[in-house]
Parts: sequence; structure tokens; C-alpha cells
Amino acid sequence: MVFALAGAITYAGGYRVGVQGQRALAMGHTGVAVVNSAELGFFNPAGLVYLENRLTVSAGVSAVFSEVAWQNEDTGESARTDNPAGTPFYFNASYKLNENLAVGLSVYTPYGSTVKWEDDWAGSHLVNNIELQAIYIQPLISYKVADFLSVGGGPIFVTGSVNFNRNLSRTLTDIDGNRSNVTIDASGVNEWGWSASALFTATEDFRIGINYRSEIIMNAEDGDADFENIPNTPLAPFSDTTFDAQLPLPAELTVGLSYQLNEKWLLAFDYNRTFWGVYESLDIEFANPALGVSENPRAYEDSNTWRFGAQYEATDKLTLRAGYYFDESPVQEGYFAPETPRNDSMGFTAGLSLDVTSRLAIDASFAYIRFDEVDAVYNPNPQDFPDYEGVPFGGTYKSVAFIPGIGVTYKM
Amino acid sequence: MRNYIKYIGILALGMVACEPEFDNPVDEQDAYSNGEADFSNYVALGNSLTAGYADNALYITGQQNSYPNILAQQFAKVQETQEFRIPYMADNAGGLLAGDQQITSNRLVLETLFNEEGEPVQTPKVYTGMAPTTNVLNKLTGPFNNMGVPGARSYHLLAPGYGNPAGLMADPATANPYFVRFASSPEASVLEDAVAQQPTFFSLWIGNNDVLGYATTGGLNEASITDPAMFTGAYTQLVNGLVQSGAEEGVLINIPDVTDVPFFTTIPNNALVLSAEQAANLTGFFQAVAGIFTQVLMQQQVPQEQAAQIASQYALTFSEGPNRFVIDVPETQTNPLGFRQMTEEELLLFTIDRTAIPTQGYGSAAVGPEVMQVLGILQQGGQPTPEQAQLVLEAVNGIDDKDALDIQEIQNIRNATAKYNETILALAQANGLAHVDAAALLNKVATTGISFDEGTVTSTFGSGGAFSLDGIHLTPRGYALVANKIIEEINKTYNSEVPTVNIGNYGTVTPSNDVGN
Repeated sequence: MVFALAGAITYAGGYRVGVQGQRALAMGHTGVAVVNSAELGFFNPAGLVYLENRLTVSAGVSAVFSEVAWQNEDTGESARTDNPAGTPFYFNASYKLNENLAVGLSVYTPYGSTVKWEDDWAGSHLVNNIELQAIYIQPLISYKVADFLSVGGGPIFVTGSVNFNRNLSRTLTDIDGNRSNVTIDASGVNEWGWSASALFTATEDFRIGINYRSEIIMNAEDGDADFENIPNTPLAPFSDTTFDAQLPLPAELTVGLSYQLNEKWLLAFDYNRTFWGVYESLDIEFANPALGVSENPRAYEDSNTWRFGAQYEATDKLTLRAGYYFDESPVQEGYFAPETPRNDSMGFTAGLSLDVTSRLAIDASFAYIRFDEVDAVYNPNPQDFPDYEGVPFGGTYKSVAFIPGIGVTYKM
Repeated sequence: MRNYIKYIGILALGMVACEPEFDNPVDEQDAYSNGEADFSNYVALGNSLTAGYADNALYITGQQNSYPNILAQQFAKVQETQEFRIPYMADNAGGLLAGDQQITSNRLVLETLFNEEGEPVQTPKVYTGMAPTTNVLNKLTGPFNNMGVPGARSYHLLAPGYGNPAGLMADPATANPYFVRFASSPEASVLEDAVAQQPTFFSLWIGNNDVLGYATTGGLNEASITDPAMFTGAYTQLVNGLVQSGAEEGVLINIPDVTDVPFFTTIPNNALVLSAEQAANLTGFFQAVAGIFTQVLMQQQVPQEQAAQIASQYALTFSEGPNRFVIDVPETQTNPLGFRQMTEEELLLFTIDRTAIPTQGYGSAAVGPEVMQVLGILQQGGQPTPEQAQLVLEAVNGIDDKDALDIQEIQNIRNATAKYNETILALAQANGLAHVDAAALLNKVATTGISFDEGTVTSTFGSGGAFSLDGIHLTPRGYALVANKIIEEINKTYNSEVPTVNIGNYGTVTPSNDVGN
């Protein structure tokens, strides 16, 4: 009797959470070619040098209310997540040293996820709950090479954590019927990466931007694996142990443009390609040799996002924004797991900035993420993943997410 | 400014209220139709199989996984239903106490040890990880929807006083400790307590014990089979009582064949596995028996030819590998020594003393040194003394009647079961009730197995998935299989759409090394 340790870690468009600036998010999370605020520190550091003020700070936080419902019409089973609100945040500061050179600091949370199903729900052998966090801290430099071209970038320090619980199988319990489960927990996982970007100013009204953020593989070493409700039998040799695992935070390439239509209107378009193909499988290697390696097939593929945004300066104090994006899921057919219940989605966004003083503006945004109802299954191809042991788990999924956010922009 | 903040607050509130909604949500009342059946107050009647008994005991998780509870949970997806109340045991150890005396044993669990080669050796053993705490004298307050009473026969469900604690001490007992726990009054019958709940829907699976007691004692007492006429009378009263109480819809479940359960099929009748040398020795021994018995007959004035012919049936031959056991049968004129080899269809009980097979020659012969000496004399062409000859004859050690079902006994069981099942089918048809052929279902499990998303459920002991460690009662997965079959028949009969369950989500036997020595 072997209890496969299937399941794992994850979230949106994979576990990418595109909420790195209220102004950008209000415009469909475009921004690689929009010179607007210190949010550029994330979207395109090459643009920082174009900010008018000596010091610009943008900071904000959003609340991600995301829920997933699952049901199986054959058995009448249903379940809903009860996710606590996620709170992605950002802080960007840019300081202009001279007309050609700016430095900055950005802190942001591009990857993260909290999915909490009811304990012991129908898919509990894949996931009960999962919490994944990654905070990026990045010093930046932005340099104007020529009037029409600037470049930027900097090293990224990432600190992350993961906590994940699932039941060991569909049926294993202790003598009292309590389901046997495992929690893996790793925190303080630190790694380095980098980003580099360029901004072309074709005409005063037309800019083209490109930004690349490197892949970062989070190496969790000696995380804690805590087994509970294990029956007293050598068939279930699950004693608490440690584990090593690697979780990729994939590279992302963005190209885009912005066009200042007239004094009032700005239009923007971004294209992202997220290199999820690196996420082939999550392998959890337990220190206890009796447990071996738990293979969790993912077979993600690189995915695209198309983003469109518009900005309208209603008055000299009030700016209105709206946007739309289409976000392809990296999850492929047959690999739809309830810890990453993400199919293709559409984002509808809106927001505004209100200048409270000449230096301080309040930025607010709101995003509604729409997912189609989808019949999907997690059933890894045994030819690709011969070591995976598990039966198909499927059903109908429907997700929805709302993301209100608020931030400030300060200029000096 | 203040206004904007207000709007954001409203937006945030709106969001909390917005949940993902399916086009056809299964958790809404109209998702499935109840057809012509009314499941709002379902009451289940029956015996141990209905109670959720498994592993030779009743315990909480078994009760939770009983087929009536599975049905009730599925009915609740179709229709607004009353809470399905279960007379839960106090623990998962399973043993019963009367006062401070333990009257039934704890549940069985599967112990796993490793032998010298590192291979797992699994043995069902009594769980000793906790002391039993269910005192049958602690009355539960009903009513209870699951009225399955382990040990009950058809007519017991009609018996007043079947839940009277005083009846536990009577000899023979007139009460059942499981019903004593939750009978509404000492004089109540199971049927009365069921009818008093005004069920809108019922299930009845009774009759297994009417023949099972005979079978599990190796067919010792034919009178212990409930007479089919008596069964028909009791069963008719039960069905009429329920239907007339207002439960016009329901389901009747028939009686499986005992030869499909592992209690009777796990130990094959050819489990006498011999080496070439052992086989030759046994063959030699039984030749000696035949020779000696020929002499005995001739001494009783039987002509030699006839004596040799009668005695020749005892010259059993054995070969290397598996051989059919020798079984004791009544001594008759044609079989004066009263033993023979088992035939193909005959069955051994799971409770047979397996260690005696190799150590005492149980099922063949106990050939000790003294017998060997006599055999040696015979081989030399010598003449043993009458006492020595008697030693040889007495060394034959056939399987006792209590440990086996012979052809006649199997036929007795099948005849009774067939008649019970005729009654059950006839009453289902007469009352327009759903009928579940559990006999066919368990026969399929025993022969081809039933496939599901993780493999195939079979009746193989321990690993097959359908039967618990007592070899007679089902596992949660086995009960889920029965529940699905019942749902299928209910849906057919009443045009309802009750969804089935995924049997892969239900467990099988419980491994544990918390066992005594």
C-alpha cells in the first residue's frame, strides 16, 4: 500500500498576481510604456528617468477577494473555497539624480496565493489549503542613453514562504476516522534574480517599452513536513520529517506601447509572456527515505496576456482609467488541479486618481476577474509522469475574483 | 474625497456578496428530481448490514458509512429531508458492555508485521488500542432513522420485548443488546418504533441471519434455518406494516448467496499443500487404512471381494501440490468409517484452525511415530495387532462438520435463500416497491469484480475491498457499492434522479498494529 503524495502549491494565471500598481491596474495592468508614476519601477524601470519630479513615491495595497466553487453533477458533491482576502502590496520610490540618471527602490508581490477549501472536501487528497508568498525587493537604476532611448533595471532579492496541507489519500484515516494529512511548511526562502528594460520614445506622444524579469527558482531546503492522524501501522510510515522542494517563479517578458491621443486621452497596450514552461513538476523530496520523492505533475506551458488600457483626464484634479485584459492560463488540459484552479480569464478594470494636493494623489482601482465555468480534470499523463500515483479528480469549476485597491502617489 | 471613500466601501461590500455561481448548481433544491418518491423521512430497517456493522463489531465510523446513511446523504441532495438519526456507538473500539462486563468483542483490524524475508504478513486481530465504552444499558433517546439491529432475523423485527434489557439475561436471550440501546420502551418492537416515526420512505434488508447462523456454524443444526413459510409470514407483516403506516415508497433488498462471501471462500478446500514426500506418505497411509479396514470387515464375515471394494474408497491418493482435504461425514453403510475427500463445491469456514492443518494433520491424518511404526510393519509384510490397526484408523483426522459446509448443507442454504428471495421479489412487485438484487450484485463482486476509478472491487479477503475483516460484513466501500445499486433501483422505480457516490472515496479495511499478542 503506497499513499501517493500528490498535490502541491499554487494560483492565478498560475500563481501570478498582477496587482503591482493602482494606476496600471485600473488600465488593465498596462504600464510598460506609460510614464505616469513610480509604478514604473515594476513595469519598466527605464522610464523612471522620465518622471518630472526629483522624488516620486507610489505605494498601495489591494484586497484580492477570490472564490472558487467546485461541483460534481454525477455525485451531487459541491465545495467552495473560503479564502481569506489576499493583500498584494507595492512600494516604489524613484529619485532623479540628474536629467539622464535616476535611481529607485521597488518592493512588490508578483507571486502569491491563498486557497482554502473546506477540510476533507472531495478533492482534499490534492489540497485542503495552501498559502504561498513571495516578496520582491529591487534596487533600480534608470539611464537615458539618448533622447529617444532609456534603459533600466536592477537585481531582485526575493524572500518567500509556503504552507500547504492536504490529505494523504482519499480514504486513509486513523482509527477514529480522522483523515491522515500532511502539512509542509517552509519560510525564509531567499533567492536572487534581476530585471532589465528599455523605453523608446518614438515621438512625444508615442512610446514603446520592453521589460524582462528573470526566472527565480525558490529552493526550499529543510522545510517542515508534519504528518497528522496517521494510523499505527508500518503500511503508513509517515513520521514528521523535513523536505526539499523547488518552486519556480517564472520569467516574464512584457512589450507594449502607449499613445497620447490628445491632452485628455492616453491609450496603452501591453503583451506579457510568462515562461511557465519551467514548471514541469513539483517534486517534494522528503528527508525520510521511506517517503522518497512526491511527484506532483504540473506540465505548465508558457502563457500570454493581452492588456488594453485607457486614461482620461477629466479635470486637472481627477483622472479616470479603465482597462481590459485577457489572461491565458498556463494550466493544460488534464492538469487542472484544485490548488491552482485557473482557466483562462478576463479582467475588467477601472479606477481613478484624485490630486489631493499638488504633491499627493490618491489612486484607487477596481478589478473584476471573470472565469468561464469549466469542466476540468487533474489526470496527469502516465507516459509523461510514470511515477505519479493517483486517480483522476475532476468536476465543474467556477471562479470569480474582485480586487479593490487603494494607493498614494507622492511627488516632490 | 469622503464620497469616493464611501463608494469604495460600497464596492468592497458588494464583492463579499458576489460568489461564483454555476449555471446548474447541484446544491440547490431543484438540481435533481425526487420523482414519485418522498425521501423527507427515510427509515431503514434491517440487521447488521443495515447498521453498518463491519470487522465483527459496530463502531462509529462504520455507522457513518452504513448504506442507509449514504442513501440519506444522497436523498438530501434531491429533496429537503429530516435529519437522519443514527444510534451511534460510544466509540470506534466497537465492543459492547453490559454494566462492567464486556459482552461482545472489539472490532478487528489488520495487523502488519514483516517476516524474515522482509515481506509483510497481515493478520486480522482484535483491536486493543482503546477499551470499549458502549454500555448497552445506557439508553439512547430516539427516534432513530437507522433501525438496523445486528443479529436480527426477519421475525425479530416484529418481536415485542426485543429491546428489553431483562431479556438479555434470559436463556435463550429474548432481547438484542443493540436494540436494547435504543428501543423506545422495553416492550416495543423494531417495526413499532419504525412505524411510529411515520416514515415517508423505507428500506428493508432482512433475512440474512435467518440462514447465516446455520452457515457460520458449519450447518450443524438444520432447524436453525428459519422456515421459509415463517419467513414469508414475518416479511409480509413487516412490509404491510410499513406500507400501511404511510411509507408507500420504499426498497426491498434480497439475500446474497453465502458462497459469495469470503468467510466461506477464503480457505480453498484444496489448501492441503504437500511436498512429493508428504504426498507419498499420505497415500501410503490411506492405502494402509484401506488394507486394515478390509481385514476388519473380513473379520466381521464380509466376503473378501466385497470388503476390499468397500475399503477401497479409503485408499485416497495424494500428489505433490494442493490436495483436497479429508472431511468427516456421518458414518453410513456405504461409508462405514465416515470420512471422504472434499468435493469441488464444498466450502471451508474462515474460522477453521489453520495452524492445526500442518501441526496435527487436520484435514488429512495425524501420522505420529507410533502410527509410523505400524506402517513400517505393514510395509515389511507383517501383521499388526488389532490395537495397532486401530491406531492407524484413529489417525485419520478429517475436517469437522462445524468447520465445513458439505454439498447437502450448501443446498439447504441455497434452497432457503432462494425461497426468501422469491418472497422478497413478490412483495416488492405486489406493493410497487423498488427491488434490489443484492445477491446478483455480490455474485458479480465475487466472480468478475466491479471496476471503479482506482481498480476493481472483489470479494478477496483483506485486499478485495468489498468485505471487512470478519469476512461476512462489508467495508465502507462495499456498503457504498450497495448504496449505489439501491439508488439505481430507486431511480428506476420512482423516476427519481438521486445521484450515486464515488465508491473510491470510501475506505476498506483498517490497518493497525494496536492489537494484543
